[in-house]
Amino acid sequence: MKVTKDLVAASATPMVLGILAEADSYGYAILRRINELSGGELDWTEGLLYPLLHRLERLGHVESSWQSVAGERRRKYYRITPSGLAELAEQRRQWDTVVGALKEIWRGAGDSRPLIAIPLEGQA
Amino acid sequence: MTDRQDDLEAQFAQWRQYVQRRREMRQSDAEELEDHLRGSVDELVAAGLHADEAFLVAVKRMGSLDELSREFAREHSERLWKQLVLTGGTDSPAADTRSRRDLLTMALCAAGAAASIKVPELFGMSLEEDGAFYGPNVGLFVLPWLAAFLAWRRHATKALIGVLLALFALGAVAANAYPLADDSQSVVLTGIHLPIALWFVVGLAYVADDVRAPRRRMDFIRFTGEWFVYYVLIALGGGVLIAFVFGTFEAIGISPEGFIAQWVLPCGAAAAVVVAGWLVEAKQSVVENIAPVLTRLFTPLFTAALLAFLVTLGVTSGGIDVEREALILFDLLLVVVLALLLYSISARDPLAPPGLFDKLQLALVVSALVIDVLVLLEITGRITEYGTTPNKAAALGENVILLANLAWSAWLLLGLVRRRTPFAVLERWQTAYLPVYATWAWIVVLVFPPLFNYL
Repeated sequence: MKVTKDLVAASATPMVLGILAEADSYGYAILRRINELSGGELDWTEGLLYPLLHRLERLGHVESSWQSVAGERRRKYYRITPSGLAELAEQRRQWDTVVGALKEIWRGAGDSRPLIAIPLEGQA
Repeated sequence: MTDRQDDLEAQFAQWRQYVQRRREMRQSDAEELEDHLRGSVDELVAAGLHADEAFLVAVKRMGSLDELSREFAREHSERLWKQLVLTGGTDSPAADTRSRRDLLTMALCAAGAAASIKVPELFGMSLEEDGAFYGPNVGLFVLPWLAAFLAWRRHATKALIGVLLALFALGAVAANAYPLADDSQSVVLTGIHLPIALWFVVGLAYVADDVRAPRRRMDFIRFTGEWFVYYVLIALGGGVLIAFVFGTFEAIGISPEGFIAQWVLPCGAAAAVVVAGWLVEAKQSVVENIAPVLTRLFTPLFTAALLAFLVTLGVTSGGIDVEREALILFDLLLVVVLALLLYSISARDPLAPPGLFDKLQLALVVSALVIDVLVLLEITGRITEYGTTPNKAAALGENVILLANLAWSAWLLLGLVRRRTPFAVLERWQTAYLPVYATWAWIVVLVFPPLFNYL
């Protein structure tokens, strides 16, 4: 299964901001993390990631700096800013709405018992 | 093992070069992507691949550079507009210091040029009343500073600097040593030809790093065209500035007329000569050359105009009214045609096959030649009839020089269109001809006044 390009693009910003909210990181590690989180299903390219990081930097949602952590190469690390955290909260609210609505619909279609509530579990 | 490491580093270096060649990518982007690539390679090596295999797989995974730079361009579209960064902002610190030092030297030379134009006033000269002094000397105040800037940039040798100084001194002698009346023809001729002669001295400073190379001479032709365009642009901007200064100060009841005429205009015009030269040097690789673009636009239009003139002349068969002004007009026409030819040569891909544009140029040059021959026949008749003056001799000499150049150019163009002559021959002909113009300008300045008894 491949996630379509449009969906990857739409979810890119909250995903990157979310990862950076966990900890400061650099491009390669972010890509690895996304791969790990999606079990390899999300096909991110460098052409998507780096321009996105640069755009978030331009908008002031992240900051970058070249750092060398002991024993590693010098790398460009990204850190989320307060405005990035606010953006993440806003995106999260929107995604919760979308995901919540989709779940309602699919539960109805999936088992033909539309009005019985199933507890929502394990969803981000 | 270290061998393998070296191999890998060489591959990275090569890859880095490919990335940096992309305009959409900055140095820091290349470094960031390289770090990514290294992360990928490390992981693949840890999984058991050889270093070179890992490199190949990692590069393959990253996808084609075309696609990557397209994505970068969507975020950084401003990078596709080549920006002229005056100082700072470039990626390498060495280039930064260099451009900052360029800027400083340019400022010094521009200030020097602006000050030079005011120096004669210390000796009681005035711009308004001593036109006969300023006219021939104006090039001497300004162009040495431009030459100095270029010679400094090119690290000119001591011998060449000596030659430059000697030539400027010779110019000073030519402008001031002869006993010329203020209203003599020779003063005007010197005023026109000395700046041209000195411009070729600037050219010598321009090619200081490789005096004999034809390629450098062609660069000087390009420099001249771009310098002219920049100078005109600066003059337009300066005009707007002056208009605003004038208007705003008038509005509060102070007339800035004297200040503008005495200081802003002469000093600004002098400094702009150096500034325009510096701009051409600084933006060389940044902005598309504009002179060849103008050439492309105007070559068809001029061809049409000249052909129309010839047809009309043939139909009315009235003959050309050859006054002195007319001769100068046709000289200027030849200069324009030559400039159109030169600047399209300067921008042409030497290996491109002959195309429609080359044929158009042949038509342009041939029609200019026909017109000029008609004019020449007319004028020589006049001269033999009434005797010669410095003006007529100079105009006639220029005409012959331009005619010779264009005639041979037309022959070479014909060869080019018929695929008999390679383009390089035409290019070499034009660069080899440059000293002829310089020599002629110097002859008019140095030999004409005594030859015509200081008329």
